[in-house]
Amino acid sequence: MPREETPAKGPLIYRQSTWTRATHWIWAICLFFLLLTGLQIFNAYPKLEIGVESGFEYDNAFFEIGARRGADEIQGFTRLFGREFDTTGVLGFSNGRAQGFPAAVTIPSTRSLATGRLIHFFFAWLLVGTLTVWFVASLLNGHMRQVLPRGADFRALGRDITDHARLRFHHGRHYGALQKLTYALVMLILLPLMILTGLSMSPWFNAVVPWLLDVFGGRPTARTLHFLVMLLLTGFFIVHVVMVLASGPLNGLRSMLSGWYRIDPAPEADADRPDRKET
Amino acid sequence: MPRTSIDRRTFLRRGLIGASSLALGGCQILDSVNRRDSTLRDIFQSASGLTHGAQRLLGGDQTLAREYSRADIRQSQHPNGSVWPTGEDYRQMALDGFADFELSVTGLVEAPLTLSRGALMAMPARTQITRHDCVEGWSCIAEWTGVPLGHVLDLARPRPNARYVVFHCHDAIERSLSGPIHYYESIDMVDAHHPQTILAYGMNGAPLPIANGAPLRVRVERQLGYKMAKYIHTIELVESFANLGFGRGSYWADRGYEWYAGI
Repeated sequence: MPREETPAKGPLIYRQSTWTRATHWIWAICLFFLLLTGLQIFNAYPKLEIGVESGFEYDNAFFEIGARRGADEIQGFTRLFGREFDTTGVLGFSNGRAQGFPAAVTIPSTRSLATGRLIHFFFAWLLVGTLTVWFVASLLNGHMRQVLPRGADFRALGRDITDHARLRFHHGRHYGALQKLTYALVMLILLPLMILTGLSMSPWFNAVVPWLLDVFGGRPTARTLHFLVMLLLTGFFIVHVVMVLASGPLNGLRSMLSGWYRIDPAPEADADRPDRKET
Repeated sequence: MPRTSIDRRTFLRRGLIGASSLALGGCQILDSVNRRDSTLRDIFQSASGLTHGAQRLLGGDQTLAREYSRADIRQSQHPNGSVWPTGEDYRQMALDGFADFELSVTGLVEAPLTLSRGALMAMPARTQITRHDCVEGWSCIAEWTGVPLGHVLDLARPRPNARYVVFHCHDAIERSLSGPIHYYESIDMVDAHHPQTILAYGMNGAPLPIANGAPLRVRVERQLGYKMAKYIHTIELVESFANLGFGRGSYWADRGYEWYAGI
């Protein structure tokens, strides 16, 4: 499976700049803490709603985690679009406590909205700073051009998807079509959306930039979008790690640690890359 | 070649062990931050100062919070925290319909004041329909009527060294050995003079209900709900928080929440 075991080795190329590598690992750390403190914060009000306010005398929640006293013990439940599921032990009630997400996936493990928020905002600032550095550095050193998909990438997309499905990975000089699309989506759409929906929950930010709240459709809706984008980012993380493991983890890790990446030996392996360049 | 694969296997094994211990212990690795004396906590806290600074820098002093229309009021204001102070003084006052209520304005002012409920209600009033955002994550829209805090402060004439406005309240969420720990909050002079910062005595066209802070609560519309102290009996102007609670400027700030709650 991993290409570096094949006898004929391709050349090592310097693929990832220091900027790309440093920012990659910093926001890997950021996203880890943001996710787990985010689940802690969610637990303080374990509902997702649509609207300009929360419904206390009417119902505008489509997702809710809760606990209630059952016949002889406390039950955890999860309600999604009116359908209810018994999630005792995982969601709603776990480790003998009534709580939304279980202690295993919240920081801190104990219930502490205050500490969760403190850590969340610290890493939120770090994420914003890192994303800014990445953006500027990528514009200056040409990395942005490697990430942004072009027309040829969209034409090569079908083929790239088939190849991925067959676990046939290309180790080219440049990112493949799927890679470009995914990275562009994460870096240029999902992460900025995460920051903006997060800011839209701030009453101060709402006063300064009121129109953004209208774009998102209200504070509870912005909170819901923040949660949904979190799910997408978590999905990306899982797929990303699986792809690294499947396509040659050592080569992938080396390129993200030292910058050096071994590409496929035969030139024809790279022939179908739309953006192939001879150097 | 064999060396590489051993390296990789070792690397992978170590990586997986490391990753899994991180994931399993992920929940607990920052539990120490819960402690008030944690150094790590101070580091994380620095971001809170950054937030306050950035908000003051970008936000200006006078930008208004969104005001909604009557049609947006679809329910009564959701009460939270204390909903019925238990002190004997308060109970008696509530039984009398708050007729004898008096607000004291003390501390670093040239002219300390004692204002009756009638005097407060005779002052210029402001009515605003705003969204109350709780730190827990919910929001609720209601109409608030009261006297701008800035007007009361102008009457009391704060001294130049007055930096914060502290609200002392009747309610106590917990008790210590020496008695109930009363709720208190504070805001800076910028928020105190903000046009939407009012001492509210009315809600949704009626007198402020007890569950929502009767007879007097403050509205600080660009911050979270816990800043908007209920059951206020005294307003004190201070230069620092040193002599209040644990010295962090509010009941909840003493318990780990940000003093500045604009986010």
